[in-house]
Amino acid sequence: MSGQSAASLQKKRAVCAPTDQYLSWGRYPKTVHQHVHRPAWNDQVPEILFSAGPGSLLPYGLGRSYGDSCLNDGRELVDCHPLNRILGFDAETGIVRCESGVTLSDLIEVFLPKGWFLPVTPGTRFVTIGGAIANDVHGKNHHRAGTFGAHLRQLGLHRSDHGLVVCSPDLNADMFQATIAGLGLTGVIAWADIQLKRVAGPWIDSSAVPFHSLQSFLDLSHESDGHFEYTVAWLDCFAGKHTRGIFVRGNHSEQRGQNFRPQWGPRLPFALPALALNRYTVKAFNNLYYHAHAAKRGASLVRYDSFFYPLDSIRRWNLLYGKRGFLQYQCVIPENNLVALEEVLDRIARSGMGSFLGVLKQFGSGPPAGMLSFPRPGLTLALDFAMRGEPTLQLLCSLDEVVRQSGGGLYPAKDARMSPALFEASFPRWRSFVPYIDPKMSSSFWRRVTEAQ
Amino acid sequence: MMMTITTRSSTPRTMRMQKIVILGATSGIALEIQRQLARQGQDLLLVARSAQRLSELQSDLLARGAQQVLTIAADLADVRQHAQVFDFVRRSFPNFDTVLLAYGTMEDQQDAEASVDVLLDELNVNFVSAAALLTLFAADLEQRSTGCLAAITSVAGDRGRRSNYVYGSAKGALSLFLQGLRSRLHPAGVKVITIKPGPVQTPMTDHLAHSGRFAQPERVARDIIRALNRRAPDVLYTPWFWRPIMTAVRHLPETLFKRLAF
Repeated sequence: MSGQSAASLQKKRAVCAPTDQYLSWGRYPKTVHQHVHRPAWNDQVPEILFSAGPGSLLPYGLGRSYGDSCLNDGRELVDCHPLNRILGFDAETGIVRCESGVTLSDLIEVFLPKGWFLPVTPGTRFVTIGGAIANDVHGKNHHRAGTFGAHLRQLGLHRSDHGLVVCSPDLNADMFQATIAGLGLTGVIAWADIQLKRVAGPWIDSSAVPFHSLQSFLDLSHESDGHFEYTVAWLDCFAGKHTRGIFVRGNHSEQRGQNFRPQWGPRLPFALPALALNRYTVKAFNNLYYHAHAAKRGASLVRYDSFFYPLDSIRRWNLLYGKRGFLQYQCVIPENNLVALEEVLDRIARSGMGSFLGVLKQFGSGPPAGMLSFPRPGLTLALDFAMRGEPTLQLLCSLDEVVRQSGGGLYPAKDARMSPALFEASFPRWRSFVPYIDPKMSSSFWRRVTEAQ
Repeated sequence: MMMTITTRSSTPRTMRMQKIVILGATSGIALEIQRQLARQGQDLLLVARSAQRLSELQSDLLARGAQQVLTIAADLADVRQHAQVFDFVRRSFPNFDTVLLAYGTMEDQQDAEASVDVLLDELNVNFVSAAALLTLFAADLEQRSTGCLAAITSVAGDRGRRSNYVYGSAKGALSLFLQGLRSRLHPAGVKVITIKPGPVQTPMTDHLAHSGRFAQPERVARDIIRALNRRAPDVLYTPWFWRPIMTAVRHLPETLFKRLAF
């Protein structure tokens, strides 16, 4: 049975060997954790927190952060994935209370058939509620809905120093704001109340518009913001000065539907050889993708899973990048500074190291939900780079310069290598977040970007 | 503010069971079975020690589609609490048709060798209390000439091994008990199912180094539900490959087997 006495937990703990099984989605950097706690029930979490050493723990969900913000190299993790119970739902207001390990996929499976959908969703549904809060994730509707944290009504937080703390915009509001985008450092989330959104069914009215310059992207974005709930663009990062991309926009359709189950595609069995993705195969892919979508231009009715989660159908797609893994680079450039964005794209194109289609989106101008929330008014660009050692890191450093000069910043959830100085520039207020960190918590990311300072 | 919801999803084809009693509802394998049954819109009655955990479980299963979820908190290792549990089940869940016994403990073998108390606890939880509880439910089903009685034992019960024979002997005794019970209830048309999982990745085995031979609970739960729906033999090995493996292990001569250190 799962109830274990403290003594038997202690004994079992001693048997546990360090594990290299817990990585982030980018599979870089490689880490070894001394121990991974796997509480099956919320009532087991306080004991784990109390018996841990200072700075030794970090909550872990599904490991979908790309870099090291979900890792705690050489220390311990609390795997919250088994804490995945839906504790209540108010069918009047659409507020669901769930434990931190519940996934967005769970919520869709349970509530979409009842006519409710996520208020904000990132590009994968395989993230936990805890992870969505800790990174204050955003989606294609950022210009309308803000971030995930903006739809969080209340949460219960296990703290090693104060026990279970309930916080909301009205109660312990500062702890609430610190926990949103708090990178898991403020404690282990016990439960969260999330405001879902009414939808008619699983369908999205979507349309795709090809564009050939960043200015026309901006025009499309401005023109669409008022009429479309979801907007995003795919950009061919090999195109350099000859920008080309596909602008995708959509709204929830009024069509009702019966078919809610996502469709599955293949599953990658193992890490592909590093050569499988080279500049020629990727260029060819981008070409194919561009022309396939440009040909389909115009409106169509698509299911929510192919609209929001195209990559989810290929399970473990991160193994495409081989054993060394990959880095994702997501920056925000303020004030729609097209010159800086062009410079970033140009440096990538000249390096020939870019990868599959980049993602470009114009953020909205709503206030941030969390102290360390990443989204801010401006343009955000995200793309993948296969890890090829020093040349990859050098390219990203050269992109950093442009981002920094533009007054922008990088997204911690995607980062495995930014310098402390760039972190400081991206989040000038990070020191006011420090008092809210739980004394038992730390992460590889946090040590990397703050300990030198 | 919070209220729980009940969904009426239709019951899938060829579902024989409708009202299921789960003894040890907070065990790792039971959790997964309950989730899958909830998606099929079944009625559940859950028994476990912690009222708090049962209430969390109840909300979750109702949200995920279970028709009805009743709970009662009791320590089933304590035989004196059995009558009360059984009364509650009969009163509030009449005409239940399936009983699944899913609880068990696995203490460290060396502790059980060093301490008679640990040894007796292990035998009591895994065998004595289980046999007592199954006897209560067996009489009821036998009288009604209907239903299915299932219990999770273990491949460890197929042969006494140096590394795990205390747990193994309790589970082996339970398997033998179920064998006899099956024969007794056969004339009444009550099905008795022995479930023998290999190692499964659950909190019970969390302290062991997990290797490839550990099965995922989702998969084991699927096999068990198929067996409860009468689509498997009386004795289920899950995953299936443990059947040929254990057949071979059972047939090794004792003179050789006693020299093996596993």
